[in-house]
Amino acid sequence: MTEPLDKPKRKDPLKRSHVGHVPPAPRSRAAKAMAVRAGQGRFVLQVCKDCAETTYPPRDRCPKCWGELVWRDQPDGATLVAETTVRTSMDLFFRDHLPWRIGTAKLDAGPVAIVHVHGDVADGAAGGARVRLKLCLDRGGNPALFALPETETPNMQDDPQLRTFTANPKHRRVLVTDGRGPVGQAVAEGLIEAGAATVFLGNADPLMRYPGQASIEACEGIETVPLDIGDTRSVAELAGQLGGRVDILVNTAGFTREGGVGFGGKITDLQAGLDIDVTGLMRLAQAFAPAMSGRSDDGVNAAAAFVDVASVYGLTGRSGFAGMAASAAARLTLLAGLKSEMRQTGIRVMSVLTGPVDDEWHQSVLPPKVAPRQVARAVVDTLANGHDLTPVGDIAKDVLARWQADPLLTIREETE
Amino acid sequence: MDPSSRRRASYDGAVVCAPVTVPYVRFSPQTAHWWTGAALSALGRAAGIGPNDIDGICYSSFSAHPDTVVGMVQHLGLSPRWMDHIPTGGASGVMALRRAARAVQAGDADLVACVAADTNHIDSFRQTLTQFSRFSQDATYPYGFGGPNATFALITDNFMREYGVGRESFAKLCVAQRDNALSNPHALMKKPLSVEQYMAARPISDPVHLFDCVMPCAGAEAFLVTTPERAEALGLSAARIAATIERHNAFPDDSVQTRGGWECDIDALWSDAGCCPADMDMVEAYDDYPVIVAMQLADLGFCAKADLAGFIARTDFTVAGDLPLNTNGGQLSAGQAGAAGGYQNVTEALRQILHCPLGRQVPDARRALVSGFGMVNYDRGVCTGAAVLEQEVVR
Ligand SMILES: [Zn+2]
Repeated sequence: MTEPLDKPKRKDPLKRSHVGHVPPAPRSRAAKAMAVRAGQGRFVLQVCKDCAETTYPPRDRCPKCWGELVWRDQPDGATLVAETTVRTSMDLFFRDHLPWRIGTAKLDAGPVAIVHVHGDVADGAAGGARVRLKLCLDRGGNPALFALPETETPNMQDDPQLRTFTANPKHRRVLVTDGRGPVGQAVAEGLIEAGAATVFLGNADPLMRYPGQASIEACEGIETVPLDIGDTRSVAELAGQLGGRVDILVNTAGFTREGGVGFGGKITDLQAGLDIDVTGLMRLAQAFAPAMSGRSDDGVNAAAAFVDVASVYGLTGRSGFAGMAASAAARLTLLAGLKSEMRQTGIRVMSVLTGPVDDEWHQSVLPPKVAPRQVARAVVDTLANGHDLTPVGDIAKDVLARWQADPLLTIREETE
Repeated sequence: MDPSSRRRASYDGAVVCAPVTVPYVRFSPQTAHWWTGAALSALGRAAGIGPNDIDGICYSSFSAHPDTVVGMVQHLGLSPRWMDHIPTGGASGVMALRRAARAVQAGDADLVACVAADTNHIDSFRQTLTQFSRFSQDATYPYGFGGPNATFALITDNFMREYGVGRESFAKLCVAQRDNALSNPHALMKKPLSVEQYMAARPISDPVHLFDCVMPCAGAEAFLVTTPERAEALGLSAARIAATIERHNAFPDDSVQTRGGWECDIDALWSDAGCCPADMDMVEAYDDYPVIVAMQLADLGFCAKADLAGFIARTDFTVAGDLPLNTNGGQLSAGQAGAAGGYQNVTEALRQILHCPLGRQVPDARRALVSGFGMVNYDRGVCTGAAVLEQEVVR
């Protein structure tokens, strides 16, 4: 059984933060394709189009018939046939995390894989132990197979090896950017329920009252902080004040107004949206990413993730909400750039894509709409599982699935 | 007709001579090119030859990047009419031997230098690993980065359980090899090793412990393959090749490696050689991890896998014993000089059967089995080979 993680002690301010490294990063193009699917929580392997052979490690052609390979979801059961505990390593990341347990797993899907092994898989169980494999992303955004006990064990998420593959909010301090809206408030409450030590909840206008204020102020663990992400100085001031105390940042800010492009849209709405959604994201990244990067492997409450909640219509555009979709698109592009930068430093960059949220700005939109609680659950889930792309609600799931199958067709459908 | 039943031609008309070893050092500031030149220079002294005499070259190295044999011939002033680059590490010596012999037999070359050379800078080993293969980059090293220690630990863990082999069996092999190394002036390990020390060593990647692992180092090995006539003209002692085999990526469907490619071709090896395991005066086996030595002893026909523990317990593997094993100490005690680690088994066998040993002589040695194993591309060694060498003439 996994020892529950202790609450981290207060850091000695004179002590140097532990420098975080990422595991070896070079990967083949096929392994990167596996990573993209891992980030969506899928357990995939390559299957031959011609002979249906399932293969691993990632290849570019089938080893049985030389046919072409496609990625397919697979059963995640496996039998552990050998194991070892690595006690010396020349890699800077693993040296900091020894001993490290790995094994050889015979997958129910067919191939054999070297896998990370959870501490609760019984000792010496190789030679027949049944395990469940999870396809994770490592700190460098690369795919990793992780063998878990077949059934849930107490404090399973606290396994020190597993924790390096997730951004679990337990014992961590989180900044949620927009506490004046229902999404930010729900996310803050959801994170506290998931074990976050503190949620710093941004308030762009501390002098004005807002809906939900009373329950937020009554919630233990939530601390409201002044933050206007439309104002570079405000963002920088908060970053200076919170210093190295933000382990996870969740950007829930967004600016939604109805309008078209040539017809019925306001330039000023577009400008305001771009300033909050796009420039705001960059302000947050520039103010917080460097400090988070410096603490990416600094114990139980090491900095772990930067999460952005954005509209799924950033992928496609959206009729009637052209400006909102345009700023979401720019936001997704910036996030991809940030993700690449943070892969070098061990901070996970994650995207939660929502359909229309059930709020005052989507009154004219037909259901189904996403409840703020659903967004909160998706954020917690994404962090706890270490995914990096999570659609929330039926609409976002549908748009994402169609976009993955046929992007140009989906753009046409969503803008009609 | 089953192509494998077609009889292989003999190696008549080709002999192997002039084994040389450039003494190993733990770390070297020199390049692979320098070590390759040092090996050629040693060959030149041993055989009384210069660059213009060599008309064929077989080359192996992990650290010559960006050069291959192409860069090496220009760097070192050779103009061969035949050359080959063999990137198979621990299997490269046996493979070079059989390729060079065929080239000489066919008349494509008369005097082939087979050379393996590697340097070892402070960070060389880690760098070699990170760029070793695509599968290991994608699917092995990101799993704890234990390097070969971890991969062989998985193989060892399974092998011990599967065949009832304990650490005491590995201890016996490692202790015997250390004993053999003590008379080899070039061996990096110079102190005796006891079974107690072996058993008490710190774990590196369970069940692999410190004395199961080789020490990476810099060094070079080389030998010549030529015609019997040319060997005589040069006044060189010569060995003949009784039989060879090689096999790659054998048994890909085994979940964990418990056998190497030898098992596919073992019958061909002994029938071509016209002798049997009991006729061998020594075995020079690839020994990066004793589990692989044990695997070879079984796969090459010395005993059944189920009897390995018993066979190891009742056999004396020292130079004076009933089955001398890795008589120079092997890589475990002499050091692993990159690709030269896949050559030192060939050069040591040649020295013993040509009666010019570095250390103690195996009494009356005339026949040797040399076995190569290389390239953990993903989760197992992919390349295997073996050769039976016999004394032809001692000059
Ligand atoms: Zn196929």
